[in-house]
Amino acid sequence: MSSRWLPYALIAPVTVFIAALFLYPFVMVASQAFTGSDGALTLAHFRTMVDHWKFAGALKNTLWLAAIVVPLQLCLALALAQMVTRLQRGRDTMLYIWTIPLGISDLAAGIIWLAIFEQTGFLNTLMMGVGVVNEPVGFLGYANLGTTLLAVVMAEVWRATAIVLVILVSGMGLIPKEYNEAAEVFGAGAWTKFWRMTLPLLKPSLQTALILRTILAFEVFAVVAVLSGTQFPVLMGETYERQFTLQDSAVASAYAMVILGISIVSTAFFLRFLRTPEGVRA
Amino acid sequence: MKTPVTLEQAQLRTRRVLLIGGVLATAWILLPLYFLLINAFSSPETVSQFPKAYWPEGNTESMAFLLGFQGVISALINSLAVAAMTMVISIFLGAPAGYAIARYDFPGKTSFRMLIMLTRAFPLPLLALPLLALPLAVFFIRHGIDDTLWGLAMVHSMLALPFAVLITYSLFSGVPVELEEAAWVFGCNKWQAFTRVVMPLAAPGLAASAVFAFVISWNEVFAAAVLTIENRTLTAFLLQSLNTSPVYLKFAGGALLVVPATIFMFLIRKHLFAMWGISNR
Amino acid sequence: MKFLNKHRRLVIAALCVAMTTGLAQAQNVLLWSTQASPVNEQQAVRDKVVHNAPQAVEFISNQEGPYFTRLNAEIQAGKGQIGVLGALHGQLASNTKDLHDLSQLAKDLKISPNFMKLGKLGTNEQKYIPWMQATFIMVSNKKALPYLPAGADINALTYDQLVQWSKNLAEKTGGPKFGFPAGPQGLKHRFFQGYLYPSYADSVVTEFRSAQAEKGWQMMVNLWQYTNPASTTYNFMQEPLLADQVWVAFDHMARVSDAFNKRPNDFVAFPAPAGPTGRGFMPVLAGLAIPKTTPDRAASEKLIAHLMRPEVQLATLQATNFFPTVATTIPNDVSEAARITGEAVARQASAKDANPGLLPVGLGAQGGKFNQVYVDTFERIVLAKQPIRAVLDSQAEALRKIMQETGAPCWEPDKVSAGACPVK
Repeated sequence: MSSRWLPYALIAPVTVFIAALFLYPFVMVASQAFTGSDGALTLAHFRTMVDHWKFAGALKNTLWLAAIVVPLQLCLALALAQMVTRLQRGRDTMLYIWTIPLGISDLAAGIIWLAIFEQTGFLNTLMMGVGVVNEPVGFLGYANLGTTLLAVVMAEVWRATAIVLVILVSGMGLIPKEYNEAAEVFGAGAWTKFWRMTLPLLKPSLQTALILRTILAFEVFAVVAVLSGTQFPVLMGETYERQFTLQDSAVASAYAMVILGISIVSTAFFLRFLRTPEGVRA
Repeated sequence: MKTPVTLEQAQLRTRRVLLIGGVLATAWILLPLYFLLINAFSSPETVSQFPKAYWPEGNTESMAFLLGFQGVISALINSLAVAAMTMVISIFLGAPAGYAIARYDFPGKTSFRMLIMLTRAFPLPLLALPLLALPLAVFFIRHGIDDTLWGLAMVHSMLALPFAVLITYSLFSGVPVELEEAAWVFGCNKWQAFTRVVMPLAAPGLAASAVFAFVISWNEVFAAAVLTIENRTLTAFLLQSLNTSPVYLKFAGGALLVVPATIFMFLIRKHLFAMWGISNR
Repeated sequence: MKFLNKHRRLVIAALCVAMTTGLAQAQNVLLWSTQASPVNEQQAVRDKVVHNAPQAVEFISNQEGPYFTRLNAEIQAGKGQIGVLGALHGQLASNTKDLHDLSQLAKDLKISPNFMKLGKLGTNEQKYIPWMQATFIMVSNKKALPYLPAGADINALTYDQLVQWSKNLAEKTGGPKFGFPAGPQGLKHRFFQGYLYPSYADSVVTEFRSAQAEKGWQMMVNLWQYTNPASTTYNFMQEPLLADQVWVAFDHMARVSDAFNKRPNDFVAFPAPAGPTGRGFMPVLAGLAIPKTTPDRAASEKLIAHLMRPEVQLATLQATNFFPTVATTIPNDVSEAARITGEAVARQASAKDANPGLLPVGLGAQGGKFNQVYVDTFERIVLAKQPIRAVLDSQAEALRKIMQETGAPCWEPDKVSAGACPVK
């Protein structure tokens, strides 16, 4: 029965590709995290990592940042996706503009928002011009962790909402208009329609978008580095520092394993929480 | 009792609210880009001064310097080539896999899904690829694939594949099985049913995957800096030096990196939106 | 599908480009460097320094990450494209065993013996040729000069006077005006190793947690009160100086050169301050090395010989603001930055209480961790406001571990040791 082999044939190219270009180097790097200098299995690198005074802060910051940014972006993207499907005039232009940040690397985004938030930046110019303050406010810098965090959140929301938006819009395109009309005939209000009809039908796309966006959020680095310098440690930044500045690839691998760990946990969470009955055939 | 509002009035109000919301969102996206343009097209002195101007000076000194930067044009072409190849590879490999996990239940399915997740969850992109880049580079050099555009495209495809698989999966699972089965009943074989019924409906997913693949490849800097020497991509060329460059070049460089991707998305937007079926629905 | 069909030509062009790349390799010598990374400096090096080398040169400047990854990949793979390495002393030290011996090349060069010794990287082979040098100096906007404390000579300041000066500026000009490169790519570890410690403890390693070191850190805490808090984002001080966010700054001379070149009449350069045990300072040294995987050793050596010629060294000064290591007179018209900073450096080196420190030697791949001890100490004491004594004690542990693992003997200003440099 060719049908039995078909799924394997379909996934074969991807599997081979990933095995060669990812699994093999991944195993090498992962084993570094668990191998001591004498070749024996050890958790010493993890201990070094945890004992370092910046580890707790980096872990906390990364998790907090993700916890703030991802729901924010989800709501924003849902709102925008709704707008896109209902708008008529100017819809194409707006959608195009909303997806422009996709093409901007996170370093470039960091530079853009630095221009806004720095002491001689546009936000200060605006605030002074309008008369809200008399002299430039230092938004960034170690004395203002609160506003630095705000700047990072805004930069991330600006940059990465398009990722969620693109996935959601693709999913929404599949919802037939007839459902919407049927719901209206039965007297459903806008909110009910959204909550009871659109969202459930969007589950697969929501699942994908949340998984991808959360994993990416755990890997945030360049935006934080540009806006906050060394003041807001995040896991990815520490990984990078370990690998290159300190030439300590074993502990860098340990950090990478931590990021992998929290990514797996969050993925498993979304897989379970947003489980969809699929159109599956035996 | 509330004043009765006619259906038309309610619709008009909704439409107005939508329009205002849409315009606000658009301004929110465009404003920072505008600031980037102001700084990119101002003289170096103006860029450092305070308060900032609200209009670009129209000074093209910084941009001209960057465009004349040795090798920029060929780097630009290299970036486009690599990104195009990444798009093609990731869709041709990823879509079938997405279809498989959407439609079939087979032993090893969960492991395969976890493998895909693993690829994405292990900190790969941009700066995390460093950890993997070393063994990859060793492999490439040993086997003569070093410093080739398609070698780099393969690495980028590895980054983009999870997106392709996951996004196409979510689209394929949204297409009811009944449609395919109906097509079979009407005499289509599996392939015809797939291309004529499922594909058009799932095309938005393909378009989204294509966009992601292009963007991931375009912005990827680390692997490009390590795996290409003579044939550098634009990001490997410019991006890593931008952070240490003088501030006026930072912005000009940023603008230079943003513009080509923006133009690409503009060119394919008609395909994107047609495929997204928004115009038709 | 439709997309592919419509843009058939583009796709074919892309595939052609892809398949033909890698086939026509020019016979270039690849100069793989971490220096001259700002975009304008890269272009200047291409235009002024390597354009007339005996063989065509491909100059590529990288951040540390790609630099090390590519180099190590080539070494592991056993072959590569890199012809010459141009990097800082500390970076070259990580790959000491992968470098060719350049003693033959070094024979006729007029370079100071101290630098040549550093170039041996603790072995008895010449692992790198000292390429260019720089040091840290202080810069002040002329606007800040009236606020100097009474009786202070700007060319012979003490750290306490610097703190007082910064205090005056902060209180009387509406905000802190002292700046320090505490950003992620700032070279702050060299400040602590070469300036703070020699000036307060007369030692970099041995007296790491002594009472005098404590005094030095206390001074930093006091100074930080009057430092512009955005300093943790500053990597190069020339920008904040030019933007008037900072009036007095401490930085690597190449990273303030823009300020002098653009507005030479607004800024002055002067030597670093002195502490109780002298006026500590440290050179920053970049070197040229040849990795063992080089495709053409003769060509690499010719390139190094070219880069060490006096005219080329002066061109390098103009392009990167790093000074020559070869003994040569520097004409007055090279650049404003070179002239002004050169004078300050000379004053610093010839000061009566000068207490020069050397770059760390013999740390190999642990160099990064060694630097991190000092950076961590700074961040914990000054930024995180942890108690000084506790931090010094705990960081001394880390330092001791590194010294014992590497077995590196002491270097100036520490006294010579038999065996690994001790941490008291």
